[in-house]
Amino acid sequence: MTQIIVVTSGKGGVGKTTSSAAIATGLALKGHKTVVVDFDIGLRNLDLIMGCERRVVYDFVNVINGEANLNQALIKDKRCPNLFILPASQTRDKDALTKEGVGRVLDDLAKDFEFIICDSPAGIETGAMMALYFADIAIVTTNPEVSSVRDSDRILGMLQSKSKRAEESLEPVKEFLLLTRYSPSRVTTGEMLSVEDVEEILAIPLIGVIPESQAVLKASNSGVPVIMDQESDAGKAYSDSVDRLLGEELPLRFITEEKKGFLKRIFGS
Amino acid sequence: MQTPSLELKGSSFTLSVLHINSIDLEKVAKELDSKLAIAPQFFIGAPLVVNLSSISDSSYNLAALKDLLTSRQLVIVGITAAINTLSEQAKTLGLAIIKSGKQAQSQPQLPKTTKLVKQNVRSGQQIYAKNGDLVVIGTVGNGAEVIADGSIHIYGTLRGKAMAGASGDKHAVIIAKTMEAELVSIAGQYWLTDNIQANSTTKSGCIRLDGESLTIESLPL
Repeated sequence: MTQIIVVTSGKGGVGKTTSSAAIATGLALKGHKTVVVDFDIGLRNLDLIMGCERRVVYDFVNVINGEANLNQALIKDKRCPNLFILPASQTRDKDALTKEGVGRVLDDLAKDFEFIICDSPAGIETGAMMALYFADIAIVTTNPEVSSVRDSDRILGMLQSKSKRAEESLEPVKEFLLLTRYSPSRVTTGEMLSVEDVEEILAIPLIGVIPESQAVLKASNSGVPVIMDQESDAGKAYSDSVDRLLGEELPLRFITEEKKGFLKRIFGS
Repeated sequence: MQTPSLELKGSSFTLSVLHINSIDLEKVAKELDSKLAIAPQFFIGAPLVVNLSSISDSSYNLAALKDLLTSRQLVIVGITAAINTLSEQAKTLGLAIIKSGKQAQSQPQLPKTTKLVKQNVRSGQQIYAKNGDLVVIGTVGNGAEVIADGSIHIYGTLRGKAMAGASGDKHAVIIAKTMEAELVSIAGQYWLTDNIQANSTTKSGCIRLDGESLTIESLPL
């Protein structure tokens, strides 16, 4: 059974695309045939993060409009044989997405892929609604700050009322919380909400905590999903999240402040 | 501005009500005549409402009664307290069906119901329990709204807005296991977060109207 996973948040800039790229790559590295679809029509970024921007010929909207077939639009990842990317159109806007069109493309993808990752745009308009409408699983990406948490709560409400599963009274969409850009030291000083705070407000199971990391920006700029950087804590945290998504139980890492050693404290880092 | 050619206004009039206690038309005619003989001027042309509460025979001839009264120069404007079949007859005769003030008040009220919500109410969601209480087993998030004509019970944290007694019930209460509301209101009287915090020291709370102002007390949880 194909699982459709939407990576969503409501708020922009919290790490949806980074997370989509990392999770899709992680699933593919585990041997699952995965496709990641960019729903951010008009502001396409996923191809940059995935490092395939120069290979985009046809896009999602072309496929919906029947101007190209899926095989022409899908881009095979160079690093990972199980991974494909369906890029967004940069020249259209979100209204190019229709329920019928998106449903048809996802149905076609479901024939070949185990996991379909939908990278949602920010906001609660057409694009975001289309991305979450067909979802079986939602990964709600949230930063540990109040406005992001509020927007995530709104999106969770949408998942419960506007998704296909809600409209057809099927089993509800499985919701998971992915806390990104987490900085334990700022939590200690009270500048940032803690994991517990966010969990308490949103009341959905936590799938991972990704620490704020230099590696993320570096990875984005070089077009390599951060999960490939297994030296970095963000990369490791994403790997853990993917394992949890697949049903493994792992303890959380990188959520407490690293104690500086004696020498480091004297000489600085 | 042009004056409108008609206006609709409400007024109340005092009308005489004629209670018919017998289905025997001749008997009624006889008694009526003797009554009219006492003060003929008073009754001529007087508008009358006929109370048919004692008539339970659906084959009763309302038209004949009307003819009888008309022949005595009485004007029937309508009937009241009639069984359904007689009301139907009255309609075909062009008579109004009048409900007395008392009767209108005793109209059966819709039974009070309870709306149960067994999930978290998220930001942007709005839940309204019409004509009854609202029970939420879960948390009401910031930016969410729960509204009820009756009381609101929240078995979780109330962070959003709660409006009880939305149609004016001053006896409605708002109860939450953890009270962190943005706004609470009962029958139009409201408190914001600051008011709640200023009046409460505990987590849980029961908010009700005491006279014209709200009060909060903690729950023995």
